[in-house]
Amino acid sequence: MGYIELMDISKSYNKQSNVLNGIDLNIEKGEFFVLVGPSGSGKSTLLRMIAGLEEISGGTLKINEKIVNHLPPKDRNLSMVFQNYALYPHLTVEQNILFGLNARKIDKQVQKKRLEETAKLMGLSDLLKRKPRELSGGQRQRVALARAVVSEAPLCLMDEPLSNLDAKLRANMRIEIRRLQKQLGLTMIYVTHDQVEAMTMGDRIMVLNDGVIQQVGEPITLYNKPSNLFVASFIGSPKMNLGKAVLTDDHLIIEEELKIPINSTQIETNIKNKNLIIGIRAENLPLGSNGEETYEIEVVNVEQLGNETLVSFEVGSELWTAKWLGQWLGKVGDKVPVHISIENIHFFDAHTGNLIQAASNTNKQEVVKI
Amino acid sequence: MTVPISRKILFYILLMISALVIFAPVIMAFVMSFMDNKDIMTGSLPQTLSFDNYVKAFEKFPLLKYLFNSLVVALVITFGQLVLSSLAAYAFVFLEFKGRDFLFFLFIATMMVPFEASIIPNFHIIRDLGWIDKYLGLTVPFFAMAFGTFLLRQNYKQIPKELREASLIEGMGDFKFFLKVVLPVSKTSLVTLGAYGFLTSWNMYLWPLLSTTNDTVRTVQIGLKQLQNQEQLNDWGMIMAGAIIVIIPTLVLLFLGQKKLQKGLTEGAIK
Repeated sequence: MGYIELMDISKSYNKQSNVLNGIDLNIEKGEFFVLVGPSGSGKSTLLRMIAGLEEISGGTLKINEKIVNHLPPKDRNLSMVFQNYALYPHLTVEQNILFGLNARKIDKQVQKKRLEETAKLMGLSDLLKRKPRELSGGQRQRVALARAVVSEAPLCLMDEPLSNLDAKLRANMRIEIRRLQKQLGLTMIYVTHDQVEAMTMGDRIMVLNDGVIQQVGEPITLYNKPSNLFVASFIGSPKMNLGKAVLTDDHLIIEEELKIPINSTQIETNIKNKNLIIGIRAENLPLGSNGEETYEIEVVNVEQLGNETLVSFEVGSELWTAKWLGQWLGKVGDKVPVHISIENIHFFDAHTGNLIQAASNTNKQEVVKI
Repeated sequence: MTVPISRKILFYILLMISALVIFAPVIMAFVMSFMDNKDIMTGSLPQTLSFDNYVKAFEKFPLLKYLFNSLVVALVITFGQLVLSSLAAYAFVFLEFKGRDFLFFLFIATMMVPFEASIIPNFHIIRDLGWIDKYLGLTVPFFAMAFGTFLLRQNYKQIPKELREASLIEGMGDFKFFLKVVLPVSKTSLVTLGAYGFLTSWNMYLWPLLSTTNDTVRTVQIGLKQLQNQEQLNDWGMIMAGAIIVIIPTLVLLFLGQKKLQKGLTEGAIK
């Protein structure tokens, strides 16, 4: 029994095609749950349905074991942070924070106490008399958060709250929101299109595409065992390298170019001679050294990131990227050996896109102790 | 942006000339209102300047009564327009109902019907209601204003939907949201619309002429017409004095409003 339960939730506009289809989901109390997907996948719609801003076309929504399908937003006991912050431009920061408490007719003394606490918590104490337009983006964001915090609702919904901030501030706010959520024990549902945000913040992630759940799970599970091609290419940066492949008796042939020898114990037998798509993470394509099985590739592009180097090369019609630690000083056009190991390869069905066999080797990337 | 001083001088001279051209009739009226009739008729420069014309205008006609009537009528119309337009615009933006857009375009389409075309049916209604010679008859027909609704609707549309949604989560009803958020946020447009409404109703002529038959409710524009004499030569000095009195409230409104309007315009919304 979760805190929030979605049972076969669907959404359609004008009784036409469904924007959301058969969403089944349980969210636990105190969990940081992230909804992630490309734009148009229906993640915001789902959030707004939970908030009560959007009607539920089908299915049942339960919060705290009560069916709330037709409950107005104010009775669902939740707070929400919007992408554009939704601050009232004519009110000061203080009035903005207290807006909800005023609307709910909460005692003035209590209001004052909560305002002080929240302002202190969010570092807004000096800004209370300012208007929203006199604040920077980060400060506005803080006010929006403060408004959610001050309501003391146990459930907080966030709709891409960080997408209007610059990269540095975003990284800061990510940590801050996460800390706040743990500190206050909030149940958080967080919508984003940014997979980095999803990976770094979520206790659990749900990947949504075209209104259908692709996978629900912990960030690391999604990374190591993506249940289909969509999740595989969506989670992780740079994205997973994919290629068409055929499995013969003793070789895996990728894009009719790379031939990787295998012994049959490594692979389940039922995937032989099927149309496959294989995927391999960029960090699993190390620079080949002597004595290893290597493949000669021609470098198409080199991106220096300082602590690591991204090297792109072509495999058949696909552009693959390898991530090498440290600074590699090669040039475009160089021919370099790359090591590909069969235990790092994910196998997907080319027709359905579903995972057949995940890479067996996931422990290798444990953080190295010094 | 910096403009070279020579060009600045040129601009200001051009501006002054055009201002002078535009204001010429007003200036003439102003000067004439202090001259006596002989000078006006002979077209010569004033020999003496006096307030005689003003005194005469107030003595011969109930000008104060007219002014008061005009003020009441203009204020009531402005207020009525603001209330109705802002409420209607709210419905067109924030409430969802079937045929909303169609209704709105129908609403807008009424702007194509000139007031003169509907003046006879309006008159019939007023007469049947017994509102002739009453403030009600002078004001109520102007309350519904397609232009005002249109203007405010465009303004409301710039208010992010999230503001309404945030207030929904706090459990705020439509009317409270309208009062507490929509009205303050669209203050600028309301002031603009109010000023526009006030000026238009202050300058109304045809309708007050039709719907009033005696001095008790007549507005100042009709009064101005009565300053003109049918039998004898017109006392132009007095007429001009009357005209100057009539435009004073408009000017006051403009001067007071200007600063407020400018402030409102620069205030703007936050992104």
